Amino acid sequence: MATTSIYGENPLSEDVHTHTISVLVDNEPGVLARVIGLFSGRGYNIESLTVAETRHRQGLSRITIVTSGTAMIIEQIKAQLGRLVPIHSVSDLTIEGPCVERELALVKVDGVGDKRVEALRIADIFRARPVDATTESFVFEIVGDTEKLDAFVELMKPLGLVDLSRTGVVAIARGPEGMSGQD
Amino acid sequence: MANVEMTGSEIVIKALQDQGVEVVFGYPGGAVLPIYDEIFKQNKLRHVLVRQEGGAVHAAEGYARSTGKVGCVLVTSGPGATNAVTGLLDAMLDSVPLVCLCGQVPTHLIGNDAFQEADTTGITRPCTKHNYLVKSVEDLPRIMHEAFYVASAGRPGPVVIDLPKDVLMDLGKYMPPTKVKHKSYNPTIKGDTAAIKEAVALMAKAKKPIIYAGGGVVNSGSGASQLLKQFTQLTGFPITLTLMGLGAYPGSDKQFLGMLGMHGTYEANMAMHDCDVMVCIGARFDDRITGRLDAFSPNSKKIHIDIDPSSINKSVAVDIPIIGDVAHVMEDMIKIWRTSQSKINQKALKSWWKQIEDWRAKDCLAYLKDDKIIKPQLVIQRLYELTKDRKDVFITTEVGQHQMWAAQHFKFEKPKHWMTSGGLGTMGYGLPAALGVQMAHPDALVIDIAGEASILMNIQEMATISQYKLPVKVLILNNQYMGMVRQWQELLHGSRYSESYMEALPDFVKLAESFGGVGLRATKPEELDDVLMQMIETDNSVICEVAVAPEENCFPMIPSGAAHNEMIFGAEVDTENAIGEDGMVLV
Repeated sequence: MATTSIYGENPLSEDVHTHTISVLVDNEPGVLARVIGLFSGRGYNIESLTVAETRHRQGLSRITIVTSGTAMIIEQIKAQLGRLVPIHSVSDLTIEGPCVERELALVKVDGVGDKRVEALRIADIFRARPVDATTESFVFEIVGDTEKLDAFVELMKPLGLVDLSRTGVVAIARGPEGMSGQD
Repeated sequence: MANVEMTGSEIVIKALQDQGVEVVFGYPGGAVLPIYDEIFKQNKLRHVLVRQEGGAVHAAEGYARSTGKVGCVLVTSGPGATNAVTGLLDAMLDSVPLVCLCGQVPTHLIGNDAFQEADTTGITRPCTKHNYLVKSVEDLPRIMHEAFYVASAGRPGPVVIDLPKDVLMDLGKYMPPTKVKHKSYNPTIKGDTAAIKEAVALMAKAKKPIIYAGGGVVNSGSGASQLLKQFTQLTGFPITLTLMGLGAYPGSDKQFLGMLGMHGTYEANMAMHDCDVMVCIGARFDDRITGRLDAFSPNSKKIHIDIDPSSINKSVAVDIPIIGDVAHVMEDMIKIWRTSQSKINQKALKSWWKQIEDWRAKDCLAYLKDDKIIKPQLVIQRLYELTKDRKDVFITTEVGQHQMWAAQHFKFEKPKHWMTSGGLGTMGYGLPAALGVQMAHPDALVIDIAGEASILMNIQEMATISQYKLPVKVLILNNQYMGMVRQWQELLHGSRYSESYMEALPDFVKLAESFGGVGLRATKPEELDDVLMQMIETDNSVICEVAVAPEENCFPMIPSGAAHNEMIFGAEVDTENAIGEDGMVLV
């Protein structure tokens, strides 16, 4: 039985790319549900999603979504987001020029002796900061792009990684311009 | 005035009046009693009491689509709101502007599993254009007015306002509607001039052009239809319409090729397949239009005019997208066409028309006549002939074969006279929609073309029709099957008619009489005209049942999974092999 798209060619058979999309929304109840519902209802991917109020006076929040899809799907995602009533603007940071992407992780490692020393040493190389310590554990705070965090977590695994919490990606365009829709 | 304190309910009614609402379709219940109390105390706003909330939404859709105004619905919390959901999604898919007011339990009980509580904003989020939960009476006037703006601006759609009972009883200040620009929702109305110029240049070079227009033209207002007509006649291009677009261009005009798509005409679909320039105006390349996507109009350059940016490149990649309102874009397009003195390749266009006439000569809507049993197509043809000289005829339909026959054989000359559930395909749409149309046009002839299965889905609305003395006509094509289901079972499932036979049908004549209407029945071809005339001339609600050929199929048809140039026709169907394995998984 065919499992591909019902009307002909499966659009997903084209090249899939990851995009970071920034969305400026009214900070009102239900707005996040609208965005998430749009993604789940139409079968789009969410790789990470962060949200927080960024302009208190105007009551605006900024949502950063990392998603993947073909060029046509990415275009659809942006158009679908754009027509939601409480959304002020949608920017595709991946194609609109260079941008800075950062993620924060809290990494809990337990261990004693050599493992503990090695964990501290690697943390130092990655500029991860211990923010909590007991005689047999550390919590490291690390900031960087997704690849850097992945690499650090990989190295911590054999050294006693017990818990991990990540924020997801936040991003901003390089250069002097602000995101449209903020005035 | 603005400083006088009013209750939330008073604010609701005042806002509706200020928005020009004349009729509200609704059903009372505990959570909305304060609003009903206000309705009782005033005379400007008319309330129509339906018999189930689903009927209220379809009635408001019929009202909205036949007038161009925003339809208004009022239902209670919990089951009232959930019954409205199908209608809301129907309005969403067919871009019908509605404002639906739902009662809600008091704010302090929300989330408590209170009596008749439902998470209405949660449930309706994916089936409305937008929805609001009003948490304070201070927000109420703004939200009321904003809802009407959102429902009608850009691509129209349904908006829900969830109204907790305490908010309806709290005191607050009313604010009249303002003309302030919306802070975030401002759809593009005017098309990009450079893109329109490019489109005109492409059209002027076309050898095999076609205009493919849809419901967006109807939604854009009567001006848009006028402009479409002007443009089509200016260019001499052939034009086809979608199911939702019927009436946007005169159905009897010779440049009109009929409806396109799954049950569209041979000439329309072949012209779509073979064209070199396609001008899509206010339509959205729905799967019922395109058939197999990778074989859809393979050699054409495509121009797409749409007010909704998310319709562009959704399923079909287009070469020149123009985002804007159809009427505005058409106006600019005509202007640019004239000032650039665009000349069409008349020789090429002439041979294109010759080709189209050849396809037309196939007479794809023909069916085998019968003098013993009434053919369903004949009923629609006779209805059209018997009503075509009347001034105001509105047709609504349910969903199924009868709907497609109506679309194929009834010719619509004007927009807003054809109400059908296209996107969602909601059986039970037609009767309440007809009720809504008749409320807006009390003197018009309003006919619901129905099947005996669909009509039973909202038959309770006969009571509403009776209560308001609405002369709605219901024309039932009774083939004793869910005809379209049976047709698919015949074509796809070896004629195993699983659960598609309608047993234990009511006596429709007696049913009409029991609701205070007139019941009519025709069973032989020679009775048909008399019975139809009697139905048309009766100044009361009528259910007219016509017994039609039970196993008649609706043709021509693009089988699922096939391309536009692979249509099947009535006389030559090999039912065993009509649709391949791949087509079977499709809807």
